[in-house]
Amino acid sequence: MTHLPYIVASYGLAAIMALVLSIGAALRLRRARARLAALEQTNNRSAGTPFTP
Amino acid sequence: MSASPTLVARTGSFFHRYANPGRFLKLGARLQPWLTWPAIAFTLAGLGWGLFYSPADWQQGDSVRIMYVHVPAAMLASGGYAGLALCGLLSLVWRHPLADLAAVEIGPVGACITALCLATGSIWGKPMWGTWWVWDARLTSVLVLFFLYLGHIALIRAFDDPQRGYRAAAILALAGAVDLPIIKFSVQWWNTLHQPDSITLTGAPTMSASMLWPLALSTIGFSLGFAAIVVARTRAAVMESRIRALLSSPRRGGGAA
Repeated sequence: MTHLPYIVASYGLAAIMALVLSIGAALRLRRARARLAALEQTNNRSAGTPFTP
Repeated sequence: MSASPTLVARTGSFFHRYANPGRFLKLGARLQPWLTWPAIAFTLAGLGWGLFYSPADWQQGDSVRIMYVHVPAAMLASGGYAGLALCGLLSLVWRHPLADLAAVEIGPVGACITALCLATGSIWGKPMWGTWWVWDARLTSVLVLFFLYLGHIALIRAFDDPQRGYRAAAILALAGAVDLPIIKFSVQWWNTLHQPDSITLTGAPTMSASMLWPLALSTIGFSLGFAAIVVARTRAAVMESRIRALLSSPRRGGGAA
């Protein structure tokens, strides 16, 4: 195959970019989902607690 | 003359139907696997076919295989910016809250794909033209597009009041859309080192089917991948804004005194 280093560099850059963007988005989504679920659970619990003066 | 405000209102109500964050989260969660898995399959099929089975070019040799990465990246760089401009329009005309969040998330992904387009173009240019870079109309207009993306990312975060950042970035996104036809027609309007488009909407493609098919597959794969990443990031942004709202709610003791 001619021009192999150029081809490897192009495909390598594309693979690195795809991995960074997709893993970054997946981790961010997972973190946000877990934090939101925890917060909503806490909120629901405190809303359900009867008021004690 | 009264038809036009009615049309604007009708279009606005259509878009506002999908402005509800809860509805978007449900729709996004349902869409996500339908974007992600086909994106992986199409990209692997297109790049694998392009790398191992498509023929080498009689003139360019195997360096033509860079096309299967470069062309989809170039199409998405312009397509992503068109999406950004659409978000700008939705934000300025209809104050669509999701459009602002989507614009924040499209910017960095679009900048990355434009950087990939410039880098792979440069890598392809070195063996073919004998240089990494020329101040050619096509290359320069894509570099301007990259700076527009960077400007958008910087501007949207430049204000203490996020709403002012969204408005300013929306205006930049709309004004910057002028660069899109310049990119598209640069190879026709000016005498450039960059080759003319091989695929056009009006004419038959000037490349053989053995190259066109893998290119089509990788373009579909890249486009679905771009959409999957933007949807995932926008879903995360909606959840983060809900988290901020919950944390600052008076029940939790947050917010202004």
